[in-house]
Amino acid sequence: MSVSVETRDVSITFGAGPAAVRVLPSVSFSVSPGECFGLVGESGSGKSTVLRCISMLTDIWTGDILLDGKSVRDMPLIERCRTLQMVFQDPYGSLHPRQSVRTVLNEPLVIHKLGDREERMRKAITDVGLPVSFLDRFPHQLSGGQRQRVAIARALILEPSLLLLDEPTSALDVSVQAEILNLLQRLREERGFTYIMVTHDLAVVDHMCDRFAVMLHGEITEVLPREAIPANGATHPYARELIGASLDYERAH
Amino acid sequence: MEKPILEVDNLRIRYGGASVEAVRGVSFTLGRERLGIVGESGSGKSTVGRALLRLLPGATITADKLRFGDLDLLTLSEREMLKVRGRRMSMILQDPKFSLNPIRRVGDQVAETYLRHFKCSKAEARDKALAMLEAVKIRDPKRVYEQYPHEISGGMGQRVMIAMMLLADPDLVIADEPTSALDVTVRLQVLNILDGLVRDRGIGLIMISHDLNLVRNFCDRVLIMYAGRVVETLAAQDLDRAEHPYTRGLLAAQPRIGGGRAPLAVLDRQPEWLEEKA
Repeated sequence: MSVSVETRDVSITFGAGPAAVRVLPSVSFSVSPGECFGLVGESGSGKSTVLRCISMLTDIWTGDILLDGKSVRDMPLIERCRTLQMVFQDPYGSLHPRQSVRTVLNEPLVIHKLGDREERMRKAITDVGLPVSFLDRFPHQLSGGQRQRVAIARALILEPSLLLLDEPTSALDVSVQAEILNLLQRLREERGFTYIMVTHDLAVVDHMCDRFAVMLHGEITEVLPREAIPANGATHPYARELIGASLDYERAH
Repeated sequence: MEKPILEVDNLRIRYGGASVEAVRGVSFTLGRERLGIVGESGSGKSTVGRALLRLLPGATITADKLRFGDLDLLTLSEREMLKVRGRRMSMILQDPKFSLNPIRRVGDQVAETYLRHFKCSKAEARDKALAMLEAVKIRDPKRVYEQYPHEISGGMGQRVMIAMMLLADPDLVIADEPTSALDVTVRLQVLNILDGLVRDRGIGLIMISHDLNLVRNFCDRVLIMYAGRVVETLAAQDLDRAEHPYTRGLLAAQPRIGGGRAPLAVLDRQPEWLEEKA
């Protein structure tokens, strides 16, 4: 149940004429099946845009994005949704306030005409470490960490092989972040998901990812293995600065 | 011992209509030092900061003692409070995108602090503001002065905010998550600027944050709050030797660069943490 991802020369321009802005000039990277790949960089560097391109939430890009050698553009919507799912940054904004957890989890099952709905919903909610009784709760009855668990359950219910994680823990407290990271780690070990994770926290990258790309102004400056962080093995000046700043921040005394 | 800037004893805050108190019996004193208040969201840390500036309309604030220098913050009228806010005590907010007025030039907003609290001409205030912008290491203060908030970056915005809050030379600055909205690369720069100015001018600082690393590096003393109560007070360098299980849990939950990949420790919340100390 894992899938490889390859992006080749993905480029996207917003606006037209003289006001056009080329947000991603040309992004290429590949992620092997079962890998956790990180995307880091400052705000506005295009990290989330890359995820939105892969998931086709933004579809005006040019270039190729291949999942197991198959272009996402050619995938029918139903197949695409069963291959990849996304978890968004802010669990306070990504759940419908007037829909119960049951409604949230049921909708994809109805759309995809899957059977055993009750059974699947129970499994998804227990997988993310919540009691089955939570199916009847509404978002305002959940804490931030519980909401993010529901968002992860929603992503898992269609049994995708690729999870796109857009800063899944930056809106949460450290104590809750630990729970969510442990959950994501466990799910990956059990199911062999491929993760692409956007974050600005290198400590999280070091904890979760195998390799990561450092982005600056829409370009990937460097792809580094996790081991490059503690000794700052980056060669590109910006990547060095970013890793250096994170190390200083953590170690300065 | 030097006279403390701020004395807080048994501070309790209840929001209008709430059944429980948001802050339950917080006491501390602050000298010319840097005090960190750490805790999770909802622990009441920002509420304490806001109560000190009396920025909580509708909330009931009680305390055995709430003294700021020679003033009793509990009995001051709103009129008198206006002379305190921004002049003797000021607050740096989290996100410059939301805390600067979007339709006024950055420099004029900084100069306003001076105009409002001191008798001076507009030109004088402008000079003061320019000098302050320079002090927060803005390279071309004259150009930035004329810009609008949307034209400057987040890190620059936060430096403008610092300039605005320090311009009147207050005795106490409360920084509420001053850098959580910023990128790692600029976070340290901003903190170092704030730190330098606060030390040079001998200003008392209360740094409210959820980030243990930050308070460890930029504070002298740390209060750890849980559910509206201070559970532990520590010198910042002794943070690793914390005794309360909550503090230790918070420290252990943090992923670290170069750390192992074992599952992170998860807080095992105990009901007795909620109880007030006898």
